[in-house]
This record gives sequence, structure tokens and C-alpha cells, in this order.
Amino acid sequence: MNNAALTDLIIKMADDELIQGHRNSEWTGLGPVMEEDIAFSSMAQDKIGHAWALYRMLHEELGGKDPDTFAFLRPEKEFKSSHLVEMPNGEYDFSLMRHFLFDLAESVRYESLQDSSYEPFRLLSKKVKGELKYHTLHANAWIMQLSRAGEESYDRMQQALDKTIALAAGIFEPSQLYEEALIEDKVYPGETALYHRWLDRIYPVLVKASLNLPEISAIVPVYGGRHGVHTPHLQSLLREMSEVFNLDTEASW
Amino acid sequence: MSSKTITIADVYAALETVMDPEIPVLSVVDLGMITGVDLNDSAVHIKMIPTFAACPAVSYIQHNIKTVLEKELGIAVSVEVDKQEHWHSNRMTPAAKEKLKAFGIAPPKVLAGEVSAELMMEVPCPHCGSEQTYLRSPFGSTLCRAIHFCKNCGQVFEQFKPLE
Repeated sequence: MNNAALTDLIIKMADDELIQGHRNSEWTGLGPVMEEDIAFSSMAQDKIGHAWALYRMLHEELGGKDPDTFAFLRPEKEFKSSHLVEMPNGEYDFSLMRHFLFDLAESVRYESLQDSSYEPFRLLSKKVKGELKYHTLHANAWIMQLSRAGEESYDRMQQALDKTIALAAGIFEPSQLYEEALIEDKVYPGETALYHRWLDRIYPVLVKASLNLPEISAIVPVYGGRHGVHTPHLQSLLREMSEVFNLDTEASW
Repeated sequence: MSSKTITIADVYAALETVMDPEIPVLSVVDLGMITGVDLNDSAVHIKMIPTFAACPAVSYIQHNIKTVLEKELGIAVSVEVDKQEHWHSNRMTPAAKEKLKAFGIAPPKVLAGEVSAELMMEVPCPHCGSEQTYLRSPFGSTLCRAIHFCKNCGQVFEQFKPLE
């Protein structure tokens, strides 16, 4: 098994979970209704838990650093998060659309890892897949509900989809260095295969919501995050996220 | 205890007194969190699993298991998170589900396949038993709970979520 390739894939997945988890947590106390406040806060906790499990995998199986140190003390350039998760929460339509597109992408990814040749992925994916069911249940319900809630609401959901789809497609940026090795070793089916499975997964929900998926060939995925090229939003997020940790990096919690 | 040999049954009896910090009527045994007990002359090794991956109470529960067992059994206790097993809601014992209901939390329905939206509908109200209920949110006050509303008795109630 190619350890460098595995490490690269795990970091991408973990960083997406961590950054999306942090964004979810920014709704705590600000949700439009109490149930939604609780939902985004709970999903934040789940995401950060999944990130933690992946960082632990790096630490225990592949000689990586301690999970807290790795999560909170890395320079921005070494993060491999996608631009989608870095974007500020904006308004609720954008946050919900991102949540829908991101969590369905997570679902197809973790489902594929059930057949991974890498045992730690097989074990973790069972757990994460079950928990994700509640994230996608929540996302699908709101996408359908708000798209059927009158003209203004429908328009805003359509605009949110138009604005988010290329960013979400950027989740599936194939690695220049490791993609072939990972596919050959049957670690996972590769980003291109996952991208198509994801399109098949989001499409029926969008149809039920009467939302129009832009022409696939016209979507230009927003790449860059996987090789350290980030939006300007990541740096300020990292500063805030690691503020307490940085007060005393040796403290025991 | 030191005068007689400790048995696996003694270990389980002691584990039944270790309660979940978020649902204090359920023990770690009721919840199906224990996956293995290894006992030898001088020590016992417990394998356990958290309900949800991000459960913040895991290290607290591990600590409680160790403290309670060492006091009850008088031998060295180690507790490990078992990575080979994962928790699902069918691990919860029928007795545990009754205790949950009495505590005011609807128990998870038995899972035959995957979790679906339908499975979260018409969950019987733990207060009046009515099935005239609807799901308010798949997320609640802790990761393992969902929020429902009972149209019959007009009360919001929580459910321990089914998990694959």
C-alpha cells in the first residue's frame, strides 16, 4: 500500500470535515429556528468527530502527528480542504445548499470505502455512513421544503444551487500524484467515479424540488484546495479556530 | 471480593452499575456498549464502543468503568475503545428500551435494513403511547436523540435515534 497516497487522501477528507464542522458550528446561537440551530450544532459535532477519527488514523497507522497538533498548528498552505467548505456561511439558503451538496458527496465517498482494501477505512466508513444518514435526511427535507415554499423561496434556492454547484464539484479534484495508485490499490474508486455517483445522487432530490441542475458539461469545478491554494477565507477561519489552542499548545484538556 | 475468584458474571454485574452520563437510567451493558471482557488472575480488560463517533462522553465513560470496577472487584482494570466493532441501535437490550420509555425518551425502532425517513415517522409517544406524532428534527439535545411532537398530548418528546 502506498502510504504517501493514503496520507494525502486522509488529509483531504479530514480537512474538509474539520472546516465544514467549524462552519456548521458558526450557526450555533444564530439558527433561524431552534431546531435548525440544534441541527447545525449537532452536525458540527459529528463532522469534527469524523475529522478527529481520520486524524487519529493518520497518527496511529501512518506515523502522523498528534491529532490536535495537526489540526490546529498547521500553516494554511498545508491544509487540503476544498474551497466549498472554506466559504463563509452567508445566508441560510447558501448554508443549506452547501450542506446538501457536501453531505451527499460524503455519503457516496464513505459508501465506497466499505469496499476499500485499506482496513481502517472499512471500519470507520461503517460508523460514519450510518451517522451521515441523519445529515442527508435533514438536507434533503429542507431542500424540498424551501423549494416548494413560494416564489421568493424557490428563486433563492435555485440561485444558491447555481452559485454552489461548481464549488461542490471541486470536492472531486483528482490528485495529480496519487490518483492512479489509490485506484490501482483499490483504496477507493477515485474522484471521477465518485463525482458521477454524486451527480446521480443529488439529481433525484433536485428533481423533486423542481430545481434545475446546470448543464453538467458547463460546470467548471473550482479546484485548488487539494494542493494548498485556498480562498482568502481559510486563513481567518484557522486563526479563529485555533485561537484557544494557541494560548497554550501544551495544555492538557 | 478478594476471598473468592472473580468471574465474568461478576464483571458484568459491576458493569451494570456504570451508568451512561447522558441517560442515567441506562448502564453501559443496557446500551450494548461492551464488546469484550478479558479476565485473568490479576486484571480485567474491557473493550467498549461509543454510540456516536463524536460522543464527548467516551473518555468519561472509560474512566467511570475503570473506577467502578476497580472498587467493586479489587483488581486492575484497563478499558479500550474497540475499533473492530461499531455501535448500532439493535445492540440496545429490550429491557433498556423499556427503561428509556419510562425515562420519557422514545426508544429506537428495531432496524431491519437502513435508516429511512419513514422509520422516523409515527414514533410512539413515550408519554401517551399515541402514534399521531411527527418528526420535528433529526437532531436533539445530544447526538443520539431526535425531536418529535405528539399531536395527541401536545408535547414535544425526544427519541433515541435508530443507527445502522
